[in-house]
Amino acid sequence: MSAFAGFRLLLAKELREQLRTMRLVVVVVVLAAFGATSPLLAKLLPDIIKAAGTETAGFTITMPTPTTADAVLQLVKNLGQFGLLIAILVCMGAVATEKERGTAGFVLTKPVGRGPFIMAKAVAIGLLLAAGIAAGYALAWIYTAALFEALPLPGFIASGALLWLSLLVIASVTFLFSVLASSSLVAGGAGFVALIVTGIVAAIPGIGAYAPTGLSTPAVALALGTPAGDLAGPIVVNLILVGLALAAAQFAFRRQEL
Amino acid sequence: MTAIAVPAGEVSTHGLTKRYRLDVALDHLDLEVPAGCIFGFLGPNGAGKTTTLRLLTGLARPTEGSATVAGIDATTGGRALAGRIGALDQDPRYYGWMTGRELLAFVGRLHGLDGATLRARVDEVLETIGLVDAANRRIGGYSGGMRQRIGIGQAMLPRPSVLFLDEPVSSLDPAGRRDVLELIGRLRGTCTVFMSTHILNDVERVCDRVGILDHGRLIAEAPMDELLASHARPILELDPEPGQDAAVDALVATVRAQAWTRDVRVEHGLVRVFVTDADRAAIEMLPLVVATGVRLGRFERVRPTLEDVFLALVGTAGEIRA
Repeated sequence: MSAFAGFRLLLAKELREQLRTMRLVVVVVVLAAFGATSPLLAKLLPDIIKAAGTETAGFTITMPTPTTADAVLQLVKNLGQFGLLIAILVCMGAVATEKERGTAGFVLTKPVGRGPFIMAKAVAIGLLLAAGIAAGYALAWIYTAALFEALPLPGFIASGALLWLSLLVIASVTFLFSVLASSSLVAGGAGFVALIVTGIVAAIPGIGAYAPTGLSTPAVALALGTPAGDLAGPIVVNLILVGLALAAAQFAFRRQEL
Repeated sequence: MTAIAVPAGEVSTHGLTKRYRLDVALDHLDLEVPAGCIFGFLGPNGAGKTTTLRLLTGLARPTEGSATVAGIDATTGGRALAGRIGALDQDPRYYGWMTGRELLAFVGRLHGLDGATLRARVDEVLETIGLVDAANRRIGGYSGGMRQRIGIGQAMLPRPSVLFLDEPVSSLDPAGRRDVLELIGRLRGTCTVFMSTHILNDVERVCDRVGILDHGRLIAEAPMDELLASHARPILELDPEPGQDAAVDALVATVRAQAWTRDVRVEHGLVRVFVTDADRAAIEMLPLVVATGVRLGRFERVRPTLEDVFLALVGTAGEIRA
């Protein structure tokens, strides 16, 4: 069996597993919910604050009229934060759990290489996150159109792709630690550390735009159809980070004993 | 002319060693397992059996030494090796969300089977392992015994040249053990079975050859009959009728004092006398029985069992189960 045929079979198994274990449904529903509620929350927040009765407390909060930009900001912030958490959660056990349970050993005594085993998992996780982001963005677009105005679709899709790329970076780092560590908790911890580090890097002027979490600012601009600046550099850097993490995962897994 | 090294056995190891820092899990294992035989790999817990299987199935790399399986270098693993073997883990865990049928089909596809051939082979294996009724149930709901059966099924599905089974009947009830051992016995001649276990009766029932591992070292390896003949001491077995404990104690004490007695063991009322001179002991034993007034239900010169050999070689009775 060729390496590609093995990859195809293992990818099909991974996708079926996502369906059967409800992982796909949970990720899509959670991110879709955040997508739908983001413009809703942006629209209703002034009313919610008004209903809370702040005037009776002796002071008045004047809320600006909500705009499309508020809806997009909410969307990118919510999907970015919860998407990253989900990326860590789905990646931390991807390989570590299979090693712990012995299912990795079961598969790898069959004529499929270790490379296809790792790549099938990585691609399946990438597709899972893509499905979640797509669902969230689709509902957000519909609700934004209904509550505010219709946003330019190409820019909105590009924004989703950029957010997906930022999730992929954290996902691939967590995935690497899932290969290196013998427990999924260690991998999850490493993913959170990576998240904190990228958050710190994103705050550094000059290089912050190249951090995965630094992609949220151009993601907002793209969704609103406003200039997002030169994105080639940040995109290439983040793609390289994903590639390096996956290459390291492949390299480490080939040398590991199960 | 270039000399080509031809492996002497279907499973062949030379100086195979595995160290984990200061621990030596396997110490210079030299082994030749001929094609088509059922090889029992015995040893107490922690002897290095599972380590050996992991090395031979390509899941671990040796510290030194070499190994070939079906003529393929096992130390580098890879798809070529995996395509020729079937393997069952000691504690088989599979994808709980798959049904038994799906798991077998998955394994078949990984081995390049598809379409009607795959379906027919899956049905055949399900029939063989007795899981037809549970074929469409999720593996997550299987009992330990059912998991072991599906494990054996997935290992044998691709008709491997060499089947590695790590404690294949440890989770099975007596009927399940019998069925699986019969199944393994039926594989004789069709593929090489390399079976690790610490259940000596099972080995005696199905294996042609036996290797005994202790503290990572192979301390005996031979065809079963040869091993029994060369290592086992003669045994006389006395089965006293019940209710005469004092007389039996006296008999045991008397027998122990004889020059031809090596050891006496009393197990569940049965007196087993390990002797150095079986002919002399057979003549002198009965007068001792008469003298102590013990009524015997049976007196027999018995064939030494593998357990006797094992205990003589390893001497860790507390760790084995007969």
